[in-house]
Amino acid sequence: MIKAKNRLGIVFFPAFDWAISPTHPEREERLLYTQDQIFEEGIEDIEGVKFYNPIIAEEKDINRVHFVVPDVKSVVTQSHLISAGGAIKALQAVMEKEVDKAFALVRPPGHHAQRVVYGDRGFCIINVEAVMLERIRQEYGNLRVAIVDTDCHHGDGTQDIYWNDKDTLFISLHQDGRTLYPGTGFIEEFGGPAAYGYNINIPLPPGTGEEGFLYVLDNVVIPILEEYKPDIIINSAGQDNHYTDPLTNMNFTAQGYAKLNERLNPDVAVLEGGYSIEGALPYVNLGIILAMAGIDYSRVREPDYDEEKLKQPKDITEYIKKLSEIVYNRWKNKDDLRLKEFKDVNYVKRPRRVYYDTDGILETQVQNFKICNKCSGVNTIESKSDRGYHIFAITIPRDACPNCIDEGYKLYKNASSHYTNVYLQDRVNDEYYSK
Amino acid sequence: MIIGLDMGGTNIDGVIVEKGKIIKTIKKPTNRENLFNSIWTALKELLSGYDNTKIERINLSTTVSTNAIVENKLSPVGMIIQPGPGLPYDFLACGDENVFISGYIDHRGEIIKDFNLFEIENAIKLFKEKNIKAYAVVTKFSIRNPSIEIKIKEILENEIPNSFVTMGHTISGKLNFPRRVYTSYLNSAVHSIFNEFLNNIKKSLEKEGINAPVFILKADGGTMNISTAEKKPVETILSGPAASLMGINAMLPTNEDAILLDIGGTTTDIFFLADGVPLFEPWGIRIGKYKTLIRAIYSVSIGLGGDSSICVRNGRIKIGPQREGVPYAFGGPKPTPTDAMITLELIDENAFRLTHDNVKKAYEAMTLLGRELNLSAKDMAKLILSTMGDIIKNKVDELLHEINSRPVYTVKELLYGKKIKPKLINIIGGPSKVLAPVLEEKFNLPCYYPKNYSVANAIGAALARPTTEITMFVDTSKKTLSVPELGLYEKISGNYTLDKAKEKALELVKKSALSLGASIEEIEAEIVEESSFNMVRGFYTIGKNMRIKAQVKPGLIQ
Repeated sequence: MIKAKNRLGIVFFPAFDWAISPTHPEREERLLYTQDQIFEEGIEDIEGVKFYNPIIAEEKDINRVHFVVPDVKSVVTQSHLISAGGAIKALQAVMEKEVDKAFALVRPPGHHAQRVVYGDRGFCIINVEAVMLERIRQEYGNLRVAIVDTDCHHGDGTQDIYWNDKDTLFISLHQDGRTLYPGTGFIEEFGGPAAYGYNINIPLPPGTGEEGFLYVLDNVVIPILEEYKPDIIINSAGQDNHYTDPLTNMNFTAQGYAKLNERLNPDVAVLEGGYSIEGALPYVNLGIILAMAGIDYSRVREPDYDEEKLKQPKDITEYIKKLSEIVYNRWKNKDDLRLKEFKDVNYVKRPRRVYYDTDGILETQVQNFKICNKCSGVNTIESKSDRGYHIFAITIPRDACPNCIDEGYKLYKNASSHYTNVYLQDRVNDEYYSK
Repeated sequence: MIIGLDMGGTNIDGVIVEKGKIIKTIKKPTNRENLFNSIWTALKELLSGYDNTKIERINLSTTVSTNAIVENKLSPVGMIIQPGPGLPYDFLACGDENVFISGYIDHRGEIIKDFNLFEIENAIKLFKEKNIKAYAVVTKFSIRNPSIEIKIKEILENEIPNSFVTMGHTISGKLNFPRRVYTSYLNSAVHSIFNEFLNNIKKSLEKEGINAPVFILKADGGTMNISTAEKKPVETILSGPAASLMGINAMLPTNEDAILLDIGGTTTDIFFLADGVPLFEPWGIRIGKYKTLIRAIYSVSIGLGGDSSICVRNGRIKIGPQREGVPYAFGGPKPTPTDAMITLELIDENAFRLTHDNVKKAYEAMTLLGRELNLSAKDMAKLILSTMGDIIKNKVDELLHEINSRPVYTVKELLYGKKIKPKLINIIGGPSKVLAPVLEEKFNLPCYYPKNYSVANAIGAALARPTTEITMFVDTSKKTLSVPELGLYEKISGNYTLDKAKEKALELVKKSALSLGASIEEIEAEIVEESSFNMVRGFYTIGKNMRIKAQVKPGLIQ
C-alpha cells in the first residue's frame, strides 16, 4: 500500500442533506462524485492519511468574527456551524501535531462572508476560514498567518475581515473583478491603516491557465510569503478556476491545482467554491489530496483533458508578467505607500455598498478605523440594510491597547438609541456583546 | 438436527443441535497438515450413534483459505488490471504476473477509453508461458460498468481452457479499487486449494450416504451454500471469530448495545453489538498484508489471556502480549493470570484436577512477583486481575471512541447519528467466571457469561444463517440500474423512483439469499442505506442518482 510522505488529515463532510435550494449550485450533489473518486482510489487506506468528522462550531466562534444581524441563531444554520467546525477540526489536528497538514473538504463555503452578515452572499453566510483561524488563535495564541485564496472569485469576505490586521496576510488570486462576481479585488485594495500592504489582490484575466497561475505563484506569492514568514499558511482552495467550471472563464487544471498546492505547501486547505461537480471536483480534489500528502499526482487527469486546447495565449502571459511586477513592487514599497495614503489623519473611513446576491439584500455601511500608535486601533461599522436594520458595531482588535479597549466599551455603552442593534467584539478578552 | 463444526488453529469443535438443544459436543485437535482429514474424523465421531438421514444441514467454519493465505500456499495468479488515471498503481502488483492495461472508465461508468485487445493477447501469451491457470480481471470503477471485465474474462476463457477467472465487480458493490484488486487476487489464489477441500467433503458425504445441504461460514457471521463458496472461496476467510460471536449471541441473546469478549489462553477477542446486531468492518476485513472488501464482523484481538506471561518492569506489571507456555502452576516458565486465579482460590480445584503441587507453584509465582512490588502473594494476584480488567477497559474505550467517530456524511447523522453506548458485557472463555466481577467493577456494567462456553464457536457455526448484501446504483438520467454483486445491469425508465428502487432491492436481496440456500421463512431483508440526489446540469434537473444498500443480516436459526 502507498504511504504518505506528509501525514494528512482530511475532514470530508459533503453535507448530503443540505442545499441552498434544489437546483442551486450549492446543493446535496456537489461532493457526491468527489466522494466516489476518493473512495474508489482507496484514499482511506493510505498509510498516513486520517479522516476526521467535523466538530460543531459554537455561537461564540461566529460572534468572534462576525456581526450577525439580528443574531447568529436567526441566520446561521447547523450546516454552517458544521462547515466551520470541519475547518476548525482540520487545523486543530495540525496544531496538535496529529498530522502534518490537513484538508477540510466542507460545504457550504465562506470566503464571501464579511464582518457584517445580514444573510447569504456568494453562497456564503459565515467565513469558514476566519472562524477557524480566530478560534485557533484563542486556543493556541496569536499566530502570524497567511491566507492564500485560490478561488476564482475574489475573497471579498476574508479581505473585509482581515482588512486592518497585519498579522493576517491575505493574498487573493482571482478572475478580474471587471468580468466576474463580486466585482472587487483590485490591486488598489491594499488594506486598512494598520495593515496597509497586507491585503494583496492579483486580478487575473479570463483565460488564465496553468502557466499563468504558476507564474504568479512563483514570482509573487511565494516571494512575498518568504519575506512575511508566516507561522501558518492557509489555502482557501476554491476549485472554480477549472476549465470546466460553469460559472467562470479560466483554464486551470487538476494538474495545475496539484502543482500549486505542492509549491504553496499550505498547512491547511479549506474548500471554497467550484461547481463543475462531475468534470473537475473529483480530479482537482484528488490532485490536492495527493499533493498535500506528498504522493505522486502525475497520473491525475480529467477525462477530457487536452493540453493543446488549454495552452495559455501569449498576450495573457505577457499581461500576467506585467501585473505580477506591479503587485510585487507595491508589496516592496508598502511602507512608503502607507505614509502617503494616511498622512496627517487620525481616523480612516471606508464607505461601501454590499449586495447579498443569494438573499437579495442591499447594505450600505461605513467602517471607521482609528489610527493608534500603540495598536491596530479600535474600529466601528455603521450599517443599514434594506430590511430595516440600522446597526452599530465595534471591534476591539486582538492587539488593542488599554485606551482602545476603554474606548470600545465606551462606544458600546454610549451608542445612540436610534440603532436597531449594537454589537461589541472584545477580542482581547474574548467577550462578545450585543443589545 | 443441525451439525455445527468450527475448525480453529488448535482445535476442531463440533456440536449437534436438535430442536434448539445441544445434544452432543466434541473437541478434537486440528492437524494442520491435513485439514480435510481432521474435519472428517471430527464429523464421523460427532455423528457416531446418530441417524445420518435426520441431518437437516451441516454448517462448517473452516480455516482452509485463511491458512493458505497466511502460510502462502497459494496458486499462481495472473492479474489483468486497468488502473486508469489517478493514484500510482505499482503497489497493486499482487499477482505472480501483473499486466496493467490502458483505457479507463470514469466515476459515472462512462468508458472514456476502451481497452486494447493487443495488450490482452500479450497477457495471455505470458500467462500461458508461465503455466498460470487462475486469473483476476479488475478495472477501476468496474462496479459502475463491468463490461470491460466481462469482455476480458470471455477472451481469457476462450483462449485458455479450464481457467478460473475472478472479475472485480462480482466481489463487492463497494467503491475501493485497491481492495477490489487484492480481494479478486486472493479469491483466485485460494480457489484451487479450497475447491479441492470441498470436493473431498462432498465425496466423503456421498460415501456416507449423507445428503444434507452443506453451508460454509463467512466472516460476516452468515453462511453460504457450497456452490457459492466454490466461486467465492475468499469469503470463507477469518470465519472463526464470527462463529464465536454468533455463539455468544446464541447463548446470551440481547437487543442492547453490548461489548462481547472471548477470552482465551493467548488472546482476547473484542466485538460490539449495536442494538443486538453485530458491528461490521467499514470496508472489509484485513488478512495478512491485504486489505479486502470482504464483509466481516468487526473484531479486534489483543494479546491477553489466561496464559499470558507476566513480568514486573519499572515497578509496573506487564501482562502479555506473549504467551510463553503453560502457566507456572503447570510447569510453565512464567507467572500467568491463571496462576493468580489459582492463588485466589477462584478456580474450581476439582474441575481442573489441580494437585497440591499446582497450587503451591501458583502461590510461589505470585510470591516471587509480589516481592518486587512489596505485595503479598494474594495482593499480587488481585493486582493482576485488576490490571487485566484495566487493559481490557482501556482497549474497549479506545475502540469505542474510534467506532463512534467513524466518518459520517450528512448533517443529520453528525447531529443525531447512532453512537454505541454499551449497556452490558457478555463474555466467554476460560477466565470468564473469574473476570466477570472485575470487569463489572471496571466498566460499571453488568457482565454475563454462559455455562457451556467451551463450544460456543461450534454452536455459533451450527445456528448461523445465510447472509448477503447488495449495492444498488440507479442513474435515471442514463436510465440504468445496477447491482454489481449480482451482475445485474439493466435499463429503467427515466421516472424511476426511490420507492421502486427500494422495493426492487429488497426483492433482489431476498432472491440472493435464496440462491445462497436460505429458506423463505428465515429471510429478514432490510434496507441499510438509501440516498437519492437530484442531478442538476445547467439549471435543469436531468435525473436522480440513487444509492441503496440492502442486506440479510446475520441471525440465528430459531
